[in-house]
This record gives sequence, structure tokens and C-alpha cells, in this order.
Amino acid sequence: MSAGKARMPAAAPWRLALRLLRRDWRSGELYLLAAALVLTVAAITAVGFFTDRIERTMQRQGGELIAADLAIDSSRPIPPSFADAAAARGLEVARTLTFRSVVLAGDDTQLVQVKAVDDAYPLRGEMRLKADIDAAEQPAPGPPGDGVAWVEPRLLYVLGADPGARIDLGEATFTADRLIAYEPDRGGNFFQIAPRVMIHMDALPATGLVTAASRVRHRLLVAGPRDAVADFAAWAEPRLPASAGLIDAREARPEFATAVDRASRFLHLAALTTLLVAGAAIALASRRLVDRQTDAVAVMRCLGAPRHLLTRIFAIRLLSFGLLASLAGCLLGWLGQRGLALLLADWVEGPLPAASIQPVFVGIGTGLVALAGFALPPLLQLADVPPLRVLRRDLGPPRVSVAFAGLGAAAALALMILWQAGDVELAWKLLLGVVAAVAALVTLGAVMVWLAGLAAARTRGIWRLGLAGLARRPAAAILQITGFGLGILALLLLAVVRVDLLRSWQETLPEGAPNRFLINIQPHERDALADWLADHDIDGAGIFPMIRGRLTGIGARDIEPDDYEDPRAERLAAREFNLSYATALQADNSIIAGRWWSGAGQTAPAPGQFSVEEGIAETLGIRLGDRLRFQVAGQTVSAPVTSLRQVQWDSFNVNFFVIGTPGLLAEQPATYITSFYLPASREALVPELLRAFPSVTLIDVGALLAQVRGIIEQGIHAVEYVFLFTLAAGLLVMYAGIQASLAVRRAEHGVLRTLGANRRQLLRGLLVEFTAAGLLAGLTASIFAQITGFVLARQLFDLPFAPNPWLWVFGVLGSGAAIGLAGTLGTYRALVRPPLAALRGAG
Amino acid sequence: MNTPEILCRADGLAKHVSGPGGRLTILHGLSLRVAAGEAVAIVGASGSGKSTLLGLLAGLDAPSGGEVELCGTRLSTLDEDGRAALRGGRVGFVFQNFQLLPTLTALENVSLPLELAAAGEQTAARGNGGVRPDTGMQGADATAVAREALERVGLSARAGHYPRQLSGGEQQRVAIARAFAPGPRILFADEPTGNLDLATGQRIIDLLFALRADAGAALVLVTHDEALAARCDRRLGMRDGHLEVLP
Repeated sequence: MSAGKARMPAAAPWRLALRLLRRDWRSGELYLLAAALVLTVAAITAVGFFTDRIERTMQRQGGELIAADLAIDSSRPIPPSFADAAAARGLEVARTLTFRSVVLAGDDTQLVQVKAVDDAYPLRGEMRLKADIDAAEQPAPGPPGDGVAWVEPRLLYVLGADPGARIDLGEATFTADRLIAYEPDRGGNFFQIAPRVMIHMDALPATGLVTAASRVRHRLLVAGPRDAVADFAAWAEPRLPASAGLIDAREARPEFATAVDRASRFLHLAALTTLLVAGAAIALASRRLVDRQTDAVAVMRCLGAPRHLLTRIFAIRLLSFGLLASLAGCLLGWLGQRGLALLLADWVEGPLPAASIQPVFVGIGTGLVALAGFALPPLLQLADVPPLRVLRRDLGPPRVSVAFAGLGAAAALALMILWQAGDVELAWKLLLGVVAAVAALVTLGAVMVWLAGLAAARTRGIWRLGLAGLARRPAAAILQITGFGLGILALLLLAVVRVDLLRSWQETLPEGAPNRFLINIQPHERDALADWLADHDIDGAGIFPMIRGRLTGIGARDIEPDDYEDPRAERLAAREFNLSYATALQADNSIIAGRWWSGAGQTAPAPGQFSVEEGIAETLGIRLGDRLRFQVAGQTVSAPVTSLRQVQWDSFNVNFFVIGTPGLLAEQPATYITSFYLPASREALVPELLRAFPSVTLIDVGALLAQVRGIIEQGIHAVEYVFLFTLAAGLLVMYAGIQASLAVRRAEHGVLRTLGANRRQLLRGLLVEFTAAGLLAGLTASIFAQITGFVLARQLFDLPFAPNPWLWVFGVLGSGAAIGLAGTLGTYRALVRPPLAALRGAG
Repeated sequence: MNTPEILCRADGLAKHVSGPGGRLTILHGLSLRVAAGEAVAIVGASGSGKSTLLGLLAGLDAPSGGEVELCGTRLSTLDEDGRAALRGGRVGFVFQNFQLLPTLTALENVSLPLELAAAGEQTAARGNGGVRPDTGMQGADATAVAREALERVGLSARAGHYPRQLSGGEQQRVAIARAFAPGPRILFADEPTGNLDLATGQRIIDLLFALRADAGAALVLVTHDEALAARCDRRLGMRDGHLEVLP
């Protein structure tokens, strides 16, 4: 033991900090904080890994709907620079061109949709052909050959021709040698009335049909690695001419996109809930750590550690701890998503793409931000513990500035939510809900502490001591009630989402949802078809009139496609709308602005008016009250918009963008459309139906329906699985809440027992205190769970929501019983210690 | 004859606190000198201000008036961190309630001041009023020095034990090893036997004085035990915030 100058070891503060961290860990001080952090990161990374993989799968599957990963759609030729830029990024490129024309076969003519494709088409999915109507489907070996056209079977029927017939298209003649059984990117245009004729791009000039003045849609299809596609999209977007727009798979099918969006929202909701609840556990665990480190810091300051050294040591310890815990969380998250992927193996065809590394960074970032926000402010303030505390125990830990700690936590929360949610609406609603819930819980805690103080003055013996004890440490009591409340809230939200929301989602697409559409039903066939369906016990969803009309004016404005810069709006304005008329509002539609024309007690026919789907109204700039003008069969039909509708597209029912009153449209030439459910066992009815009504087109959406239903079913499993993390976080936060007051209780019970209180009395006091805290926390949590469930259902998921009385029973009584029991048992350890040990430990 | 170096000097030291009944004076402008190697006992009843004085002398608290000079540096010229750096490696402490860190083993508790001093050396450039801690290790590593210190208090066999696994006497021996490990120039002891039985207390005091003699460190001992105080070179009595020389 000698004095004198010593060598200076390199990076000594780092080494000391890491050594102290190792010792803290060994002593178990950090287990609770570590558990909270690992759980947070695991939930975030599991969902991150998983949604990443699923999104890529969706993209792959969705790609089939546009025969590419991404397409540029334009009413004018697409400059070659775009194809060059795609090729330069290693992407495959294909081109298609579609336009309307008329084919001639003998003396018969028919309006058709011509599609000219190049050798590379399709980049995703495959064309399937049939030699004749009864032959088996075969994948197309390549593009249509020279002088060959592939046609939709219906065209030959209408023309009264057979496969192999010669058809004239403009100045060229083609052999219709194959029938189109499946065209991947037909998806968006199920209800296209004109049948398809597909020819090779090279055969196009000979037809002489495409001139500079022709209305032609050009498409550049690209496909390849995701990053390259994203890079190309980012490059192309600002360079696109006004006439062109980018199309990705999600845009192609609203049914698909709605289901995927909901699944993704549910998953993000689950991850965010875990994050918020685990954040509370991190905050509680940090507070406990601060309490336990206070003496150590006073001793270290006394032994010569300057404040800046302690601050540095704490920062290094926290950073290293955060990194290690986050890495452990990432590993758990990765394992979790493996389980999730296994669970969902039959959701997607073929193997899921491998997980990318990005969620690891997000996970570690989340862990560090959570730790920095919730734990750093109180831990940094530890450096201010006065060294005199070694002599005077009454100098407590420094009071953590509420503003400092609150700001840290709020900033961390906001950052993580915005980062994680990927959905601003979900993020801010959740944040608002949590802030309101925490504020309510804190207020409730404060009221309870105040009441306990009042009650203490009116009670005696052990009750008085217990209640006064509660009032004496208001901060700890309030923190505890908040912790309990958040834990219960997480569990109740779990119940709300699991029992109510997910079931509502499932019910949007019940067994028996329509899987076949029949279009082009002629007026004279309508009744016969209805009878045929009825005779075969097929329950149709109604036969709806469909009238073709082009939108020519909104209010005083005349509409030309070129008026719109938005390519989707331009496409909508250019094409003919499928209008319909109806008396009653369909069940899967809801009015969000204005009024539907047939209300209860209304008997007189409604005057002419339109109801417009909200999405299309927004795209085209249609407002309530605007007078719309349509050109229908050479006549102008005009009426005001009196309602905007929200349509549940994933119901698979027949739906229309624009519906008019019967008086307005009933006299217009119409075809009819219907949808129905045909079980697989009755598949044999299809040829019979087609023979009976040969001009009718049957569209089989069974595959798409199955895919959407798969997303819902498996999405529900995924959400339940991710909620396991929330469940764990909820239990953890409650455990942290019980632990929060353990040290103080230990000392108090030591004193009380020394003064003669027996264990039974103390146990009874604990049971009453924890049960009361549980009941109150449960009540607040139930209120918020119900409100949150309502807001989520109505505003975020567009699902119906009914209050669930069981939630209150379980929420309030269950919480009182569970917390009363768990709190008492958890604190019991403090009671079984001999009073002397308790007093010494607290001294 | 050489004048002995004064390690701790207090002049006109006063301490007031504000309480519910107005200002309360704990120390009334007292003065004191502790020479290198000297053992001084401060004796007094509970509440007489002994511990407050100890805290001020060691730079754990700031006085309301007067001046303290410790190891040749006036404490009023230093901020909180400078005072901590000054204590680092030069000042040892033994407390009534041991103040061992429960999460560290005996060996780790003893090596802690050495590690803090070494780490403080690295960060000293950023403050401390130019004061650097004295790491007291002379090239040896903290664990070896700590192990040797534990050996000297007879606890090398319990190096890996945690405080909760040690008896009160053993805990205080670990605290003494911790106080002496960096080779301090002055030691402050606050009722070191207050939590121990008579026989154990006696053995602890024997150990404390033996190590002090060996290290040549000054000692400021706060106690209400007259017999213990009698072992010191000088005894000062503390009464109502005033200091008096006892025979």
C-alpha cells in the first residue's frame, strides 16, 4: 500500500464503466431493465423482420396483377430514356400497348380491346391459353407469333367463329388460333366489356391502327431486385411526363390492398402497443435502478469520483447495456419471426424471401432511443447525489426533474412511434391515447393518495399506518398505479383486438362471399339468368344494372382527361364509368357525407341525384352538391351529387363508383352484372351455365378471394402471435410496479413488525392496498381500452365495433383480484425477513 | 526541528442551516489543525456537530463561513469535482455503517477507489480545478493492490464474498482495507465501531491504528467513545458547535 504517482491506463473510464456494468449485471440489478428492453426490441424486430418479408412476398404476388414489379402507364409514347434507365439498373423491361378497335370476321364486327405485347411480356405471372373452350389450359410458350392473335373465347362466340378463324384487325389479318384463359394483368379491368385480342408488337404497324392521333395506352413494365426497382421508381417519378404515372401492384387491386393494409396496421399496432407498455416497464425499472444506485454514487463521490466522471461512466454503462440488450432483443426478435413465418407458411405460395438486415438496425435504434428517453435522464441526475449522503442518510436521491424526465420520455416515444408506425394516423392516435391514459392514471393515482391521506386520519392501527404510508410516498404510489394501469390496459386492449376487432375483420369476408362474377348479362337474359340461378340453388347477391357513361362535366367545368395531372384521375376521366342505379344502399356501403335518397318513410320516387365513392370523388375533385354530367349512349345525363359513400371493397360484392337514382338512369341502355358464391363441389355447373348463357362472361375471383381470406386468417394469427410480446410486456410492467415500492416497504415493515405488528395484519394491509390499486387501475384501463377499441375500429380499421360488457367485468374485478394477489405475494418476501435484517438492509 | 506539515487546516469554520424555526447554527467559527501522521479524536454527544465537522473537513460539504485547507489546497478554490479529485487517492474514509457497495465483492469494493482514481486521471483535464487524483498504484494494477490490502486486514480468503455474506466486523475490515488501499495521506473515520459489538470493535480499532501507523497517515476520528479517543494523539471536545481541547 504505497502512495505515489501511477501509470495512466488507457481508456480507464471505459474499462471502469464496463467493469461496473458487469458487476451490476452479476448482482441482478439490471435484470428487470434488461427484460423490458429485450422485450421491446424483440417485438419491434420480429414485426420488422416479418413485415419486411411479407411485404416483399406481397410485392411478388402483387406483381402478377400488373405482370411486373412496377409499370409506367401513359397515354402517350413513353420516352426511351425510361427503358434505358431501367435496363441500366439491371431490370427486365417489357412493353405493352392497348387500344380499342373493331375486328371483322366475315360480315360480323365486334368492338375489342387490342393489346400488343413484346417478347419479354409478361415479366411476372404467365399467360395461359386453351386450344378450344373445352381444352386444358396451357402456359403460353412465348408471345403471339407472326400473323397470330390470341382472343378471349367470348369474341369467337359473338362473331360466331371457331378457334383458328381468320379475323381482320385494321389492314392486317390474323389467325385466332388460341383462346386466352388467363392474362395476368387483366386484373384491374375485370369489367372491361370489350373482349381481348392479343397480338405481337411487331405485327402492329401492319394493322395501321396506331397513329399519332390514336387513343392508346402505353405501358413500360419493369421487374427485378427490390432495391433496383425502388431505385428506378425514385429516379423515374420526378421525370415522368404529365401524361404518365407509376403503377404498383397495390394499386391494381383494391380488395388485395385493403386486406394487406389492415394486416399491416394490426401488426404495427401490436408492435407499438408492446413498445409503449415496455417503455413504461423501462421507466419503472430505471427508477428502481436509480434508487438502488444512489448509495453507490454517494460512496464513489466520497472516494474521489468527480461528477463528470460519474456522468461519463453512467453514459458508457447505459450505452453498452443498451447495445447488448438490444442485440439480445434482435436475436429473440429474429427467432420470433422464424416462428411467425412458420405459422404463416400457407399464407404465401412458395418460400418467403429471406429477412433483410434492416430491422436489426431499427431494433437497436429503438432499444437505444427507449433507454435514452426513459432511463438516461434519471440516471444522469444520479451524478448529483451529494457525497455527504454517506454521513447523512436523510439526503435522498436527487429529485428527478419532472420536465427533464418527461421531456426525455416524450421525445423518445414520439421518435419511436413515428419511426415505427409507418403510418402517421395510427401513430398519433396511439400516442394521444397513451398520453391521455397516462394522464388519467397519474391523476387517479394522485386522488387515491390524497384519499388515503384523508382516510389515514380516520382509521386506527395497522390501517392507519398502511394508508399513511401510501400518502407518505406519493410519487412511488402514483408511479405504481400508473404501471398497473398500463399493464392492465395492454391486456384489455389485447382482448379488445383479439375478441372484437379481429372477429369483425373475419366477418367482413364470411364463408360464402361471392367468388364468381357474371357480366355482360343482356336485359333479355336477366330474368332467365335469375331463374337459372334460383333453380340451381345459387344464392346471388342481386343482379345490378350497369350503364356505360363517360364523365363530361363536374359543376360548370367540362372534363377532359388532359385536365388532370394525376395519371389515375386522367385514366378515370378517359375511360367510361360503370354507372348503376339503386333504390336501397348496399349493406357494405356507408354514407360519409350527405344523405342517401331512400330513407325510412320515403315513398315518392327520389329526384335525380348521384352518390359517389369517396376515393374517386377525391381523385377527380368531386364535392357534395356538384352537378355531374355523363354522356350515356349519346345523351347527357345530369344530376347533383347528394352523398359520398365509403365502399368496403374487400367484401367482394358488386360495387360501383357512381350510383344514380332509378329515375335518372333506368331508361338508359344497360347490361347487368351479378356475383354469387359457387362452392368447389359444384364447379361442374360452370360449363352448363356458359352453354345456357353464351354471351355472358364469367369471372372467377376464387383465387383472389382465397388469397385475401388467407391474408385475413393468417394475419389474425400473426397479430395474436405478436401480441404475446405485449402480454409479456404488460406482465413485466406490473411486476416492475410491485418491485418499485419493495425497498421502502421492506424498511416500513421492519419498523412495524418491531413495533409488534404480526404478519397477518401486515398481509391484510397489503392485500387491501394492492386490491384497491388494482380496482382503480382496472377501471381506468377498462375505460381507455373501450375508447381505444372504438377509435381503432371506426377510424383506423373501418370495422364495426360493439361495446363488450365482459371487458368491464374482467377489467375491473379481474384487475383488482390479480393485482391484489400478485402484489401481496410479490411483496410477501419483504415480510418474511426478520425485522432486524429488514431494518439493517434499509439502514 | 522541522515544523510538521499541516494536512488539514480549518479557520473560522461555520455552518448554518435553515429550519422550520429559522436559522440554526451547527458550527460556530471553529479552527483546527491536523498535522501529517497525527491522530486527532473529536469527541462529543449525539447532535453536537461532530459529523458535520467531519464532512466539512473532508470536503463532502461546503461551509457557511470560514475556510478549510486539505492536503495543501484551499477547498473554497475548488468546485465539487475538484474536491472529489483532491480526495481521490489522498483521503480515506471509514464509516459507522461501512458503506460497502452491495453489488461488489470484497475485493471489488477495495479496488473501487483505485479504479476511480485511475479513471479520474484520464478525465482530469476537463475540470477538477487542475487537481488530479492520486492513483497510488505505482504501476501495479488495482486488483493486485486491493488483494494485498485485503490480505493485510486478514480477509484474503473472503475476497470473492459479497457484503451481505460477511459479518459486521468483516465488513468494517473490508472498509478499512478500502480506505488504506490507495495509500491515503489522511483518514476520516466516523464512529467506526458504532455498529459493532465491544470485542469486534476493539479488534477493528487495533487494526485501524496498526495500519495507520504503518502508512503514516493522519487520522481524524469522530467518536463518542472516550476510551477510543484516548488512543489518539490529541482529543478535541465538541459541544454545541464549539470545539475545545480536552486534556
